[in-house]
Amino acid sequence: MEPLMALAIGILYATAIYMMLRRSIVKLVIGLMLLSNAANLLIFASAGMRRGAPPLVPEGATAPLGLVADPLPQALVLTAIVIAFGVLSFAVVLIRRAYEIVKADDLDQMKDTDT
Amino acid sequence: MQFAVLGGFVLAAFAPLLHRWFGERTGWVLALLPGALLLWLLGQLPTVVAGETLVFEQAWVPGLEITLTFLLDGLSLLFALLISGIGVLVLIYASGYLKGHPDLVRFHVVILAFMMSMLGLVLADNLVSLFVFWELTSITSYLLIGFNHTDLEARKSALQGLFVTVGGGLALLAGLILLALAGDSWSLQELTGRGELLRGHDLYLPILLCLLAGAFTKSAQFPFHFWLPNAMAAPTPVSAYLHSATMVKAGVYLLARLSPALGGTPAWEAWLCLIGALTMLTGAFLALRHTNIKKLLAYSTVMALGTLTLLLGIGSEQAMVAFATFLLAHSLYKGALFMVAGILDHETGTKDIALMGGLRRVMPVTALCAAVAALSLGGVIPLFGFVAKELLFAAAWEGGWRDLLLPATLIAAILTLAAAAIVGIRPFFGERRELPRDPHEGPGTMLLGPVLLAGLSLLLGLWPGAAEGLVAATASSVGGAPVAASLYLWHGINGPLLLSLVSLALGLLLFRHWARWRAALRPLEPLIQRGPEALYFRLMDALVEVAEWQTRLLQNGYMRNYLVMMLLVLVGLTGVTLFARHELHLAVALDVQLHEALVVGLMVAGAVMACVLRARLAAVASVGVMGFCIALTFVLFSAPDLGITQLLVETLTVILLILVLFRLPRFARLSSPLERVRDLVVAAATGGLMTLLILQVVSIDPFSSISDYMVANSQPLGHGHNIVNVILVDFRALDTLGEMFVLALAAIGVFAMLRFHAGEYETRDRQARGEVVDD
Repeated sequence: MEPLMALAIGILYATAIYMMLRRSIVKLVIGLMLLSNAANLLIFASAGMRRGAPPLVPEGATAPLGLVADPLPQALVLTAIVIAFGVLSFAVVLIRRAYEIVKADDLDQMKDTDT
Repeated sequence: MQFAVLGGFVLAAFAPLLHRWFGERTGWVLALLPGALLLWLLGQLPTVVAGETLVFEQAWVPGLEITLTFLLDGLSLLFALLISGIGVLVLIYASGYLKGHPDLVRFHVVILAFMMSMLGLVLADNLVSLFVFWELTSITSYLLIGFNHTDLEARKSALQGLFVTVGGGLALLAGLILLALAGDSWSLQELTGRGELLRGHDLYLPILLCLLAGAFTKSAQFPFHFWLPNAMAAPTPVSAYLHSATMVKAGVYLLARLSPALGGTPAWEAWLCLIGALTMLTGAFLALRHTNIKKLLAYSTVMALGTLTLLLGIGSEQAMVAFATFLLAHSLYKGALFMVAGILDHETGTKDIALMGGLRRVMPVTALCAAVAALSLGGVIPLFGFVAKELLFAAAWEGGWRDLLLPATLIAAILTLAAAAIVGIRPFFGERRELPRDPHEGPGTMLLGPVLLAGLSLLLGLWPGAAEGLVAATASSVGGAPVAASLYLWHGINGPLLLSLVSLALGLLLFRHWARWRAALRPLEPLIQRGPEALYFRLMDALVEVAEWQTRLLQNGYMRNYLVMMLLVLVGLTGVTLFARHELHLAVALDVQLHEALVVGLMVAGAVMACVLRARLAAVASVGVMGFCIALTFVLFSAPDLGITQLLVETLTVILLILVLFRLPRFARLSSPLERVRDLVVAAATGGLMTLLILQVVSIDPFSSISDYMVANSQPLGHGHNIVNVILVDFRALDTLGEMFVLALAAIGVFAMLRFHAGEYETRDRQARGEVVDD
């Protein structure tokens, strides 16, 4: 499964970067979303992917029965998803305000500090 | 000993408090510390003269062999006596010179810190602590030159002094490290005993050149001599103390200290004699160009520093004795002369000697001090300067390179004598002239220093035997072996005496025709203007230009350029490391089930469509499709918690985007096809690298994961059955706390941006000012 996933993540990264390099600020937001998802999948996939073995300890036992998926990257990704949402909502609102004030949707017009 | 020096820094920090208690008299209170040190050092004089070296052990960073051990032998004792002795006088002198100055507190803090750094420098046994004190003197010197910080010239000069000395300091650091490596010790005491090893070492020349760069910049040797006269922008007590008697001699001190370890080789002799002689002549020659009394004295200090370097280069026993004597004599008379210059400036309101004349009637004490000190500077019998000059001639007479050095010394002596006459005679004799201020005799606080220093010059001249012990001890530590010194005022009629007479006659002749001499030098002005100082300024300009150029290139304000640059560096460095350092183990075994392939395919399609679609809503929707596919992937591959979270967040994101999207501009097509191709290449390169990286990462297992511990202990220690949850709220709870902070900050930011509008503030402000606002 990993080779397919690696390929998919590579494509996700490529689309994210392509969008972030656009001059339109709305496309930048979409690029940001793609990038955070690609990064989450990167962490998830690099630990190896395992089917049907969630990291849970059955009732009454002290350790999982048999091998389970690595819980650590899952915990990292969980944190990352939530933070990415925070960053994205901040970015979206920031861009909205910037557009209201600068009245420009072209990043090249925002290259100076004084508007 | 360490206690006194480090305590001095503490005292410096408390100087503002002392000012509150003692006001104008703080200088006297602070002078108690160097005064006590002076008395203590004088108490050690018999022991050191007897040939003993006092060692005060003190560990600092034992793991790195850095100590604060202090060493008191002849050389460091001579320096320490000068530093503390002149330090006392300067503190008292400054309380008169800077009387009522609003920044007197700052002066006291910095000069006391300088005093202690300088003491640390000459006493330190460890190379690292020596370097630390060395840099501290550079920094305090910078602060003191720029004391009048509202004056542009003062700031420029301060910066120049700092750049030159700290630039040399860098070379010095390299030299000291090499020295420690070659000599296998950080202790000066041990290194001076390993001269044979060091002189024969492969690294000898690099060590020597690095150390010389440090010493020459600090001691204003040619071609770095230009910063010293500019440093005269400092208040006169500072010039008297730092830039003639103490700090500028630090470079000479270092050379003298290392002379037993590194001296005596042809390279040492050639460099020190050549640069020393060149500096001596440059200083003596340029001194006579100036009518500004401080500049004139500064150039004559450059000349003296050159002489000291020259004497170290000659390296004979005679030269060592001359070195010690000249060092002592110079500090005494130059300190006195600078203080006299300060009195003249203070009382007449000008520094220009050409404007002064006939002042001896109104300032008899100053005139007397100036005359005595100037006679010593000129090397006239019976002053201590004469003894030093005789020894200098004798050393040049007997040393190697005699044909070159003897004429150079003679010329320098003639020019110096003229300079001495200008300073000692010109302001005080002749007719009175109009001056900016009505001159009076200086106050007692300002006269104490010159009187004592000039008195010492006279006393030691008449009775040179008093300094014999100290001079011999100093010469012994510079020479590395016991040296006997006998100082006499009258050596009988011999070569050096004849040279003295010649220099006296020619010097006085030059003094009589000073104005004509200056006029004759004027055609040389363009050459002097193009000297090393011009090079310094060109270098500084070039530095600024390069900085501007690279800022324009790298920091051009276009976001995508930053991104492209960062990504290319990432791809370049990571790619090179990946291909050059590692073999690619690509796990290509495909073990895919149909529904998984479908989910992943849909996910990729969603991402690609988001880039291609021209409508905002459609693009957001296809990002949503991708997000839900990712959630499915999480569920399929044993991560139910991730699946749930991703589902929730993705839903929220799509809702948020749709709400905000209508207030945002439509997609615009702004870039040219060429730019799009470039971006595609960058994006594809980055994506490709990521794919390769993942393939590489999943196929190797460099070290064991810490997850096993968490899996095994989730239930026993964390009492939780969902291991991911236990990690988040227990094993890595602090990370989760941090995450909550980030979210809270983002939420506050979002709220603030939605709630407050820039326009509202303006309206409110205008309303507050009572203006009519029409919406």
